[in-house]
Amino acid sequence: MIRFQTKFHKEPNLVRGIFSLRSLVFPGVVFVVLLILPPIIPRFYTYTLAVILETALLAMSLNMLVGHGGLFQFHHGVFYGVGAYTVALILTKTPLPTWVALIAGPLMAALTGLVIGWFCVRLSKLYFGMLQISLGSLVWAVVFRWYRLTNGDDGIHGIPMPPFITSQSSVYYFILIVFAICLIVMYLIFKSPFGATLQAIRDNPERCEAIGVNVRRHQLIAIIIATFFAGIAGDLFVVLEGSVFPDLLFWVLSLEIFIMCLLGGWFTFAGPILGATIMVSLRTFVGIYTEYWTLILGIILILLIFFLPEGVWGYVLEKFHSQPKEAIEKGSV
Amino acid sequence: MEIGQTFTFAALGIQFLVGLSRAMILFIVSAGMSFVLGVLRVPNIAHGSLYMIGAFSAFTISNLLGGGPGGFWMALILAPFVVAVVALIAERSLFCHLYEREHLMLLLFTFALMLILGDLVKIFWGADYRSIMAPDMLRGSVSIFGSPFPRYNLFILIIGPLVAVGIWFFSNKTKVGKIARAAAVDREMVGAIGINVSWVFAFAFVLGCFLAGLGGALVSPTTSISLGMDHDIIMEAFLIVTIGGLGNMWGALVGSLIFGLSQAFGILFWPQFAIVFPYIAVAIILIWRPRGMLKSVW
Repeated sequence: MIRFQTKFHKEPNLVRGIFSLRSLVFPGVVFVVLLILPPIIPRFYTYTLAVILETALLAMSLNMLVGHGGLFQFHHGVFYGVGAYTVALILTKTPLPTWVALIAGPLMAALTGLVIGWFCVRLSKLYFGMLQISLGSLVWAVVFRWYRLTNGDDGIHGIPMPPFITSQSSVYYFILIVFAICLIVMYLIFKSPFGATLQAIRDNPERCEAIGVNVRRHQLIAIIIATFFAGIAGDLFVVLEGSVFPDLLFWVLSLEIFIMCLLGGWFTFAGPILGATIMVSLRTFVGIYTEYWTLILGIILILLIFFLPEGVWGYVLEKFHSQPKEAIEKGSV
Repeated sequence: MEIGQTFTFAALGIQFLVGLSRAMILFIVSAGMSFVLGVLRVPNIAHGSLYMIGAFSAFTISNLLGGGPGGFWMALILAPFVVAVVALIAERSLFCHLYEREHLMLLLFTFALMLILGDLVKIFWGADYRSIMAPDMLRGSVSIFGSPFPRYNLFILIIGPLVAVGIWFFSNKTKVGKIARAAAVDREMVGAIGINVSWVFAFAFVLGCFLAGLGGALVSPTTSISLGMDHDIIMEAFLIVTIGGLGNMWGALVGSLIFGLSQAFGILFWPQFAIVFPYIAVAIILIWRPRGMLKSVW
C-alpha cells in the first residue's frame, strides 16, 4: 500500500489540495484566451477550435482508460457514435426537447459501455481490445445497415437545434463551457482515490487483487465513466455539425483517437488535448495544401516515435517541469 | 427485412463453398499476420495496406505483360515479392530500430506505416477502381449441386490448402522456420545461443507481408481493386487471428473458416445484416474461450 502511495501520488499536491494555485494558472490563462478569441480570429478558425475541443474531450475520455487504466480500449469511437446517434434520433424522430436528447446521449453511451465493458473486463490486454472491436463492430454494422432507423450509410443530416446553440459563436461557447466542466470533473476523478486505484491497477493488477481491490469492478466503473464522457463528446459533435454518419462508429476513428492519446502523452493528464490538437490541425491545415495529408501525418508520427517516445506533452513535462519520471515505467502497461 | 431465399440443399452447398473460398483468402492474409504477431508480438496494422499493394501491383504486372493469361500468372507470382521488398525496406530502415521500445509504440509505428503506404498507393495508382481478368481456364463457372459455381473460387479452394501445407512445411521442417518458431516462444534464449534475432524478426515480418501480398494478388480478379481494400481486410484478419489464438497458424485457419462461413451463411439467411454475423460469431467465441480457440504462442 505504502509503495503505491509514494509511487503514484504526488504527496505535496495532495497535501496542498487537489487544485493548487500554481497548477491553476496555465489552464486558467488558456481558458481566458479561448474565451476572448472568437471575435478576433476568422470564423473558420473558431470552427476549427470547436472541433479541437470536441475531439480533445473524446481523447481525454479514452485516455482515462488507456493511459490511467491500462485498458486496451480499441473501439472507443462506438460510444461516441452511440451518443451522437442517440441525440440525432431523439431530435429527429421524437418531439422531446433538446435537453432530454443531450442528456440521453451520454446515458445511452454509458449504457452501451456497461454492456460491452461487462463482457470485456473478463479478458486481458489484447484480447480485451479484440473483443471490444468485435462487439463494437457489431454496433457499427447494425447502425450501418439498419436503414429504416438510422438511414444507413447516408447518416442523418439537418438535425434541428434550439436557438441558443445555432449561431457559430454560441456553439463555440457552448462547447468550450461543456469541455471546461468535463475537464474539471475528469481531473477530480483522476486525483480521487478511485483514480489512484485505477492507476495502481494499471501498474500491477495482481498486487491490487492481492490487497483486496476488485479489479474488474473498478475497470468496469472506469469504462462506464469514460464512455459517458465519450457520449458527451458525441453530443458536442451533433451540436457542432448538425449531422451524424456511421463513420463515427468505424474502427478507423477509434484508432485515430487512440493515436491521439499516444501522441500527446498517455501517462499525462493533459496529453490527449495536445494530441487531438496536433491531429485536427494537421488534418485541417495540411489538408488545405495537399490531399496526401495522411502521408504527412504518418511521417510526423514516425518522427515522434523515434524522438519523443513519451508523447509531446510527456516530453514537455519532463523537460520543463523537471518532474520525476515516476509514472513512466517501461513495460508496466 | 426479407429473410433469405429458399433453403434448398443446393443453395446451402454453394453458399458453403463460397464461404470456404472466402475463408481461404482470409486464411492466407491472416496467416501472415499471425506469423508476424507470433514472432514480433506486434499487431501489424499495415498488413491490410500490404494486401492492397499486392492487389495493385498484380494489376500493374499483369498490364505490363499484356493482360493475357501469362500476365496473370506472372502477377500472381511476382506481386507477393514486390510486397515483400516493400516490407523489407520498411523493416530494415525503420522498424528494426524500435524492437526495444514500448509495445504500443510498435503498434503506433505500424499505424503510421499504414497511413504512409495508403497515401503512396494513392500517389502511384490513383483513386480509380481497377480490375484484372482471370485467364480463360479460370473464367466462367462449373456446375456443382446443379448450381453454377465460379471456377476462380474453385481455384482459390485449391490454392488455400496448398499454402497451408507450405506454411506447415516451412515452419516445421526447415531450419529458418524452426528458429522463427523458437523466437516466437523465447526470443532471449534464441539470441543467447548466437542467432541474430534482429534478422529473424526481419525475416518473419517479410514473410508475413509476403502472405498479405499473395492474398491481395489472389483476390484481385474477384473484386475491384481500390483504395479502402486495406480497411476492409485488416479488421477481419485481426479478429481471425484473435479467435484462433494469437500467433497460432492453425488457429488462423480455424478462425478464417468460422469467419468466412458465418459471413456466407449470413448472406443466405439475412442479407441486410449479413456483415453482422461474423462479428457475432467472434464475440461468442471470445466470451466462451477468452484466449482463442487454439493455444496461443504468447
